[in-house]
Amino acid sequence: MPEWEPVIGLEIHVQLKTRTKMFCSCEAGYGGEPNTRTCPVCLAFPGALPVPNETAVEWTIKLGHALNCRIAEHAVFHRKNYFYPDNPKGYQISQYDEPLCVDGSFVVPGPGGDTEIGIVRAHLEEDAAKTIHVGGATGRIVGSAHSNVDFNRGGTPLVEIVTQPDIRSADQAKRFLQLLRQTIVELGVSDAEMEKGTLRADANVSVREVGEQGYRTRTELKNMNSFNHIARGIEAELRRQIEMWESGGEVVQETLDYEVKSDLVTARRRKEEADDYRYFPEPDLVPLDPSTELVERLRIEVPELPGSRIRRFEREYELSYYDAEVLNGSAALAALYEQVALNGVDAKAASNVLMNDFVATGVDPAAVDGTELGKLIAARATIPRETFTRALTESGDPQFRAETYLGDALVADTAELEPLVVRILADNPGQVAAYKGGKQGLLGFFVGQVMKKTRGRADPKIVNELLRAKLRD
Amino acid sequence: MTIDTLRLTAEEAKGLLERGDVSGAELRAAYREAIDARNEELHCFLTLVDSDDNEGVPIALKDVISTKGVRTTAGSKILENYVPVFDSTVAERCKAAGLQLLGKTNTDEFAMGSSTENSAYGPSKNPWDPTRVPGGSGGGSAAAVSAGLAPWALGSDTGGSIKQPSALCGNVGLRPTYGTVSRYGIVAFASSLDQVGPVTKNVRDNALLYGIISGRDDSDSTTVDVPPVELPDGEDLKGLRVGVPKELNEAEGIEPGVAAAVRRAIDLCASLGADVGECELPRSVEYGMACYYLIAPAEASSNLSRYDGVRYGLRVPADNYYELVARTRDAGFGDEPKRRIMLGTYALSAGYYEAYYGQAQKVRTVIAREFDAAFERFDVLISPTSPMVAFKLGEKSENPLAMYLADVLTIPPNMAGLPGLSVPCGLSEGLPVGLQLIGPQFSENTLFRAGHALELAIGFDTVPERLR
Repeated sequence: MPEWEPVIGLEIHVQLKTRTKMFCSCEAGYGGEPNTRTCPVCLAFPGALPVPNETAVEWTIKLGHALNCRIAEHAVFHRKNYFYPDNPKGYQISQYDEPLCVDGSFVVPGPGGDTEIGIVRAHLEEDAAKTIHVGGATGRIVGSAHSNVDFNRGGTPLVEIVTQPDIRSADQAKRFLQLLRQTIVELGVSDAEMEKGTLRADANVSVREVGEQGYRTRTELKNMNSFNHIARGIEAELRRQIEMWESGGEVVQETLDYEVKSDLVTARRRKEEADDYRYFPEPDLVPLDPSTELVERLRIEVPELPGSRIRRFEREYELSYYDAEVLNGSAALAALYEQVALNGVDAKAASNVLMNDFVATGVDPAAVDGTELGKLIAARATIPRETFTRALTESGDPQFRAETYLGDALVADTAELEPLVVRILADNPGQVAAYKGGKQGLLGFFVGQVMKKTRGRADPKIVNELLRAKLRD
Repeated sequence: MTIDTLRLTAEEAKGLLERGDVSGAELRAAYREAIDARNEELHCFLTLVDSDDNEGVPIALKDVISTKGVRTTAGSKILENYVPVFDSTVAERCKAAGLQLLGKTNTDEFAMGSSTENSAYGPSKNPWDPTRVPGGSGGGSAAAVSAGLAPWALGSDTGGSIKQPSALCGNVGLRPTYGTVSRYGIVAFASSLDQVGPVTKNVRDNALLYGIISGRDDSDSTTVDVPPVELPDGEDLKGLRVGVPKELNEAEGIEPGVAAAVRRAIDLCASLGADVGECELPRSVEYGMACYYLIAPAEASSNLSRYDGVRYGLRVPADNYYELVARTRDAGFGDEPKRRIMLGTYALSAGYYEAYYGQAQKVRTVIAREFDAAFERFDVLISPTSPMVAFKLGEKSENPLAMYLADVLTIPPNMAGLPGLSVPCGLSEGLPVGLQLIGPQFSENTLFRAGHALELAIGFDTVPERLR
């Protein structure tokens, strides 16, 4: 059997979280009673004209910078013509052969090195309205009893990102998308939530034999609503294609849906004719000619992005790839880590506490004063476990001060502990005799008694030493 | 006092109002009386407005101009019961200037035509001879102004829909520079060509109304700031360089009477002090029409896609969405929009785009350059507006190509985005002849100056002989 190599490209749609829609001043964003965020422009009344949202243009350029794209000096909006109830003008304003951002690349760091995925383009367009087809088995327009259209979403700014077919596994596709998502979120241009549809991805999938040049027929995989589903959908489609080729069949170009329940892909109803969107330059809009000043200002505004920050954490704090990745799960967590680590806390120790104990508390890292948390973590060996956990839970409180908890420091003073140890041994003559008779395990009992009397404040190391010494007597 | 609506200019009406000689209501009543007397014969209005909060000079608006709360049909069955929920920017600016709306005027369906015979509501008639067309598409506005049913009106011009009917009805019509008047709320035909402009009895009225409607509009991102409008008052053309483009004056199909009237006007330019010379626009005239009939239908095919029966307008019920769209559009659109939708869809289709739409856009650039070159030597170019005077109803309606030739002289400057003013320059066979003055972009003040001086010198009586 030949060895097969997956060839995967992604098409990603990102809804920008601008205050208003792409071409009108209606409120954008998820929610609202159906058809309450509409106006003559986004309902396509006769004579209504689009006016571009400048913030959306700027954010797309920022995203283009984050994707290492070249920002076009001259970009054009085109009309993409087709009839559908969610497309009120009969055309979508999109970009065609002169998009805003082109020729980029996106580096996905991994434990085994970097993977660079080419970016063909990132362009700006408007989202369609939301259609709900009622009745009929498939949830599609054909065969439905009637369809409801909610135009609230119609006209929301949407960036379409198209990758080169550089992705070589389902897992790589997932990792790419996760890092891209985080990058977009950190840029502050979108919430990029797959569950809400503010981030959507389709995959173009094909396979070829290892060493084979060129590409075989690809299929377009849709209807995947989470990172895991995308990975599973691609896996399922790769299996199907490999089986097809190995059984002497032929993969045909088609659009497929991934169905989670059955873990299978199914073909959409095939159209009789090829799509012809009759693209032409949108005459209601002038071309976008972003100035060099604007493009450079936006370049400066792009913060350090998670991909490069992961590598920097590995380097500067000598962390493992795994630790660096987890700490970069959000910009706020990464920033908190840096504050803590810069406060003299051992980098590895800080990483352990943040990745495990801190994350487990569910406290928003953005709310935490890193200096105070640093003090707490630095002193953690001298604080009772319970107190430390409580301190982490309360670390998001604006009043949070490390010293509040340092007061609970362990009692390590032998002079203070010795009389207590002597008294406990005197109170338990039977256990003392048993210990001396060989039941060494009883040491834990005595430790427990001391801890009980000191409400956990005794330093276990000192208590152990004292007990051993006294029991030897 | 009696108000002679056939003679009263908008500027005079404004004066009467300002001096308190008449009230807005009296003025309105006078025009309503004229409408009652003559609209039945001429069919200028599709919708009459019974009351208006404003008290200023009355105005009529072509029915492609959205008016809040007032039906706006674009001459189409598909919008028969469509009442806009918003005002177009030009309607809003007219309101803000205190103008009161008399009604909405007839137009070829979606402004596609040169005679109003493509209106789904029947043609308007020419006040000079009701057996003849008033021109189109804005024939309703032109005929209304000519017959004294409105002191002035707004039209919209894509290939010649202001200039050509103004010529055929003996009015002054301005197609402004593309981008000087907002298209927001104008039912779109071909977005890269559509432009709203005034139809008036004289050039000063035209400048006044242009001053009201023009200027940058945040709702139309293709608009720009416009130089302040100057009301013309000079009587000579001293220092003005007037070019006579050979091809626009010698094109096939220009009627001898039209050519003669225009010739007299050109001679008059020289006697008023202008420097008159000849120039050439070979490609503009040879290819202008062909390019127009690719670009305008292509844009129209897309602009008219929104009429799908889903959100407003006509809906013909069906079992499914695609059937609903097809039936609605079949029932709602007349032959000419259907013809242009098909032409345009074809021109934009994969495999044809480069040869048709793409090529036409390139030639459009060539046309613009040709005009630019002419304007290095001349301030104004002059030609007939229409090759023919008003033709008989039905004469061309069976032959779309013959109808398209009515715009052969107005299309080339439109393709270049240039302003053009049509001024009446005499009669041929007892019917008005229009003189087209073309200027570089944003040269409206020059056109007004030239038009005003010529108008005074020509002394054309804008009242149709049969109504005097």
